[in-house]
Amino acid sequence: MAPAGRPEASLRESCPGLKVLDQPEQLIPYSFDGTAELTQLPAAVVFPRSTGEVASVLRWSGKHKVPVVARGSGTGLSGGSVPVRSGVVLCLSKMDKILEVDAANLTLRAESGAITSAVAAAAEKAGLFYPPDPGSMRISTIGGNVAENSGGLRGLKYGVTRDYVMGLEVVLAGGEVIRTGNQCVKDVAGYTLRDLFIGSEGTLGVITEVLLKLLPPPLSRKTMLAVYDDMEQAARTVSAIIAAKIIPCTLEFLDHVTLNCVEDHAAIGLPRDAEAILLMETDGHPAAVESEAEAMERIARAHGARSLQKAANAAEAASLAAARRTAFAALARVRPTTILEDATVPRSRLAEMIAFIREVSRRHQVKIGTFGHMGDGNLHPTFLTDEKNGEEMRRVGAAMREIFEKAVELGGTITGEHGVGLAKKKFLEAAVGRANVELMRRIKAALDPDGLLNPGKIFDFS
Amino acid sequence: MSSGETLESLDYSILQQCMHCGMCLPTCPTYDATKLEQHSPRGRISLMRAIADGQLSPTRAFGEEMSYCLGCLACETACPAGVDYAHLFETARADAERSGALANPARRLVRFLTLRLLFTHPGWLRMTGRILRLYQASGAQALIRFLRLPRLLPPRLRRWEAMTPPIRPEFSHQLIRPLERPEGKPGHRVALLTGCIQDLAFSEIHRDTTDVLLANGCEVVTLPVQPCCGSLHAHNGDPETAAVLARRWLDLLDPFGLDAIITNSAGCGSHLRKYRRLLAGDPVYDRRAEEWDRKIRDIHEWLVEIGFVPPRGEIREVATYHDACHLCHGQGITRQPRQVLASIPGLRVVDLPESEWCCGSAGVYNLTQPEMADRLRNRKVDHILSTSARIVATANPGCHLQIEGGLASRPCPPRVTHPVSLLAAAYRRGGWRRPGSSIAS
Repeated sequence: MAPAGRPEASLRESCPGLKVLDQPEQLIPYSFDGTAELTQLPAAVVFPRSTGEVASVLRWSGKHKVPVVARGSGTGLSGGSVPVRSGVVLCLSKMDKILEVDAANLTLRAESGAITSAVAAAAEKAGLFYPPDPGSMRISTIGGNVAENSGGLRGLKYGVTRDYVMGLEVVLAGGEVIRTGNQCVKDVAGYTLRDLFIGSEGTLGVITEVLLKLLPPPLSRKTMLAVYDDMEQAARTVSAIIAAKIIPCTLEFLDHVTLNCVEDHAAIGLPRDAEAILLMETDGHPAAVESEAEAMERIARAHGARSLQKAANAAEAASLAAARRTAFAALARVRPTTILEDATVPRSRLAEMIAFIREVSRRHQVKIGTFGHMGDGNLHPTFLTDEKNGEEMRRVGAAMREIFEKAVELGGTITGEHGVGLAKKKFLEAAVGRANVELMRRIKAALDPDGLLNPGKIFDFS
Repeated sequence: MSSGETLESLDYSILQQCMHCGMCLPTCPTYDATKLEQHSPRGRISLMRAIADGQLSPTRAFGEEMSYCLGCLACETACPAGVDYAHLFETARADAERSGALANPARRLVRFLTLRLLFTHPGWLRMTGRILRLYQASGAQALIRFLRLPRLLPPRLRRWEAMTPPIRPEFSHQLIRPLERPEGKPGHRVALLTGCIQDLAFSEIHRDTTDVLLANGCEVVTLPVQPCCGSLHAHNGDPETAAVLARRWLDLLDPFGLDAIITNSAGCGSHLRKYRRLLAGDPVYDRRAEEWDRKIRDIHEWLVEIGFVPPRGEIREVATYHDACHLCHGQGITRQPRQVLASIPGLRVVDLPESEWCCGSAGVYNLTQPEMADRLRNRKVDHILSTSARIVATANPGCHLQIEGGLASRPCPPRVTHPVSLLAAAYRRGGWRRPGSSIAS
């Protein structure tokens, strides 16, 4: 229960010096994240500047039983950082320092509000490489990436955020601060607790500092673009490339609807009658890259690519990547509301899933453009609609449900990289089973018995 | 926006187009400085939407927020969904003004004197310019500044005194004849818009623009007395006056008889292209406004479009280019000014870091929001000094004055100029003569 009266008054007393917003004009801009349709006004927004301040907010929250929603830049796509009623938003955007780049141990330490692209730039400045590259990396925070276990375009070869987290500093419900993990590659002293917090969507603790693993950067890269008359051929190309023991860093596709939206928007000269285009990139040692690129070209042609362009230099590579880069922007302009989904299936079932999405789109008369990461089976069926049109939104809802059910049926998942949050809560049990959700509840009960940390996200807890 | 439009009457899909993805945040100077969503484009749009939904009224805090926005439109460039922020922002500022939430007697007087009197009467504006020129050229300004008399003024007025632009001895109509013809048969017939501040403080840029047009076979029509284009009014919540000025222009200049209507000022250009929307619902002006919008060209855009003659004269210097917000974000013109600079023999053009980041001028923002404006000016000047450039080229009078003012306090600053002035100089050095003149001016 929230304390009687305005919670922010006692918050100011408990945490002197903390920046607190509580006016309507200040709160409305924090009533949403990057997810369509979901809004909730918070009671207050606070901006801690240190782990100590985060701890004192959570101590206050525990004492007065006020829910707290941790938030970075609010770019999430599943409603994970949408406020809860009468709750406080704990915004970490002012804790944005890169604390250390350690070239000897190949690690980087940063406050959780650091911007992902700043993390990548700091690594690059030291001649190193932080591979995860979620689409929002220019503004997303590293803490948000860890809390959502964000992916990106390099998933197949380089993995996702989880694969780069070596350690965390976390403030638990009630205000206790723990550190888990360290700079050691090998460490089996007890449970690997840091893994519990990765992808926990702010429901188990508030991440205040991250320790990340870095890699040496690839020395060279080669980019290609193949055009197909059949999505199945593109999918088979990808399978054959991997069967040939090549792991490219990029295997991105656009479907027929998406590439036509790109042409409408940017007119970059894509063939409008094509069924799929596939952007492929391999990186690594120059000699390996050269021979892999040749093999990939051969495989693409053998699997029916009707044309294939290979970039001779960085400028040409950028122009080949233009279609993929503008895909989302092109789709987002078509209708007032854009809903970006991330159903994911095993790579081998990808063509089947894409065909199913097209069929659902036709049957429900809903416009869906699909693009995504063919290498790791992570699709982005993007619904182009209008949230003001209730009848159309019902059809969107029905189509979405069918797509998620199919993804699960094919051995996949309802979300590859966006998280469950509020948007996919109702699909979770069907996707992972009751036993899994029950275990999640038991973990939640152990760490946050009063249910104060981002309550109502992922699953209901009470 | 049409002149009577409010956030509530606006086509709701323009607001809805924002999917609050946050991609605008890193490009917004006020968000960058504060890290607060209320000072971000998507935050401001959420407030506008709350007003359209009837959940919020245009409060004082709302009005102040709209004034805190630079209107630099960097968010439009960053936006994946193509939100028409300029339209929303102008409508919101007009709503804030209509509500009276920001009004006080002094503010009302200043707005009346500037928006309604000075910037609707070109004759009075030039007269004010003459008085200012007299004050500056007579040494009175220097004396008053030497005696530190501005200290006696209230802080706001003191700042305004310090920022009065140096006024040119001659204005555009004294430098440019109403009709000037190129050598030989003209290939194009164009009109040149001389604007307000550009006419008083930078009339020589208009002479240079005319010369560059003549050198490229354009016949140039320059009306001796020109009203303001209304951009100042539209950006500052006075769409009614902006509409009056747009109609006045459409009465004065027939777009059907011209190949292009040329502007060399970014802030004017981005507004001038939107007369049709501003006059939406006015059947008398609709077709003419449509044609007007179609004919408006930024000078660099026009030069590249007609395939301008590469100059032969050399300028052996290092230059850099600052993108005026309303050129790069407002009109999407980034390539052409650089093409103009690159065509000049001997000129080495170096990249300016953050060239598309607002310099803080933003119309009258540097007068109304001095703190943020100074911060942005210093950031811009630091970047300029980090290059080896001795010349900074930019195509907007506001940026020109702002950057010049910022550089003035630094040791041996580079000079600020317009890309077209450099091109004109290169033509003249290459032997080009203005038709009818015996000397290369």
